[in-house]
Amino acid sequence: MEFKDNQAIYLQIANRFFENILKKEWQAGDKIPSIRDMAVEFEVNPNTTMRTFNYLQDKGIIYNKRGIGYFLADDGLEKTIALKKEQFVEEDLPVFLKTMKLLGLSLEDLKAYAAKYEGPSIN
Amino acid sequence: MIELSHINFRYKKKKQLFENLSLTLQPGFIYGLLGKNGAGKSSLLKLVSGLLYPNSGQCTVFGHHAAARKPAMLQDIYMIPEEFELPPVSLATFVKINSVFYTRFSQNQLNAYLAEFELSDDAKLSTLSYGQKKKFLIAFGLATNARVLILDEPTNGLDIPSKSQFRKIMAASLDEDKIIIISTHQVRDLENLIDNIVVLEQGNIIFNYSIAHISERLAFEYNLAGVPDEEILYTEELQGRKAGIVKNIAGVDSRVDMELLFNGIVKNAPAINEAFANLKYEY
Repeated sequence: MEFKDNQAIYLQIANRFFENILKKEWQAGDKIPSIRDMAVEFEVNPNTTMRTFNYLQDKGIIYNKRGIGYFLADDGLEKTIALKKEQFVEEDLPVFLKTMKLLGLSLEDLKAYAAKYEGPSIN
Repeated sequence: MIELSHINFRYKKKKQLFENLSLTLQPGFIYGLLGKNGAGKSSLLKLVSGLLYPNSGQCTVFGHHAAARKPAMLQDIYMIPEEFELPPVSLATFVKINSVFYTRFSQNQLNAYLAEFELSDDAKLSTLSYGQKKKFLIAFGLATNARVLILDEPTNGLDIPSKSQFRKIMAASLDEDKIIIISTHQVRDLENLIDNIVVLEQGNIIFNYSIAHISERLAFEYNLAGVPDEEILYTEELQGRKAGIVKNIAGVDSRVDMELLFNGIVKNAPAINEAFANLKYEY
């Protein structure tokens, strides 16, 4: 994986976990790959992936069964959605709104673009 | 644990290299030893492995005096130098002769590493390329299960896929008992593997912090336009823009750009170190 933006590597790896959860590749109760497996996959120090796991555990998204491994929490998907929503509103949206303002776009204009949006339904 | 305390060292008739140098390296971490040419990196590694003796002060490796070179210490340390000469024998013969010195040597592990690096053990060492020889030494060094592994410029001579395999193998082999020291100029190849940065300059340690602390205290920007001067610790020209190191004020852990960090430290270590004032050590 190419690490690009200014975010710490352990947070960028956390984002990959979030993607897996949001795409439902990992479901509630599923065992997730180990700290070491993840370090090998991303070619990073295992201490870095350990920080990712600690971060997700603090957020209540994954939990640890001693000696067995890490699992996705029952409400892991809901918590991930809540966390990503908060990030979207606090970090992505201000930039988006600023650009809209610079370009003189109104919310009404956006509705027209949203109607033409061909990706998965956003309603 | 590796402990260098109050080391004084000079090569014959030359000026003092290390003056009262002290450094502690803990198991469970990969240390990146950085420094310009001639800063003293290789000499430091030789002191740790008992290849050089300090004029005063001492170096211990898991409690053994490095300079005594007792078998108990030597079987727990493996060093892969940047330049090496290997005998004209097959890989298997080399392994047969050398593995007996390492009580925790694992043939299974070696086979797995050799397979990963696409090396066959009936090949003759003298027919291999520099990069292949290096991969063989890395595979053998890891398979010794020595707790101290010293790698001097390990990615030199490795092709692009091999660098990726190297990172995977290193990520898989670090455990809580191991101390891995990597001395390198190729920081881009290794920046996500290293978790402590030690910078040497003219025999002095001018910087020594973990990546976690660095990402908490510093941020690395590729366009400094609009950043207030008092937050900027170091700047350099980068493709027409100003890149640099700034104080991490936002409080979001940053991605550490090791090349930029190294340049900043070499230029102005006191300014960079200032950002770490009042740091509470957690371990």
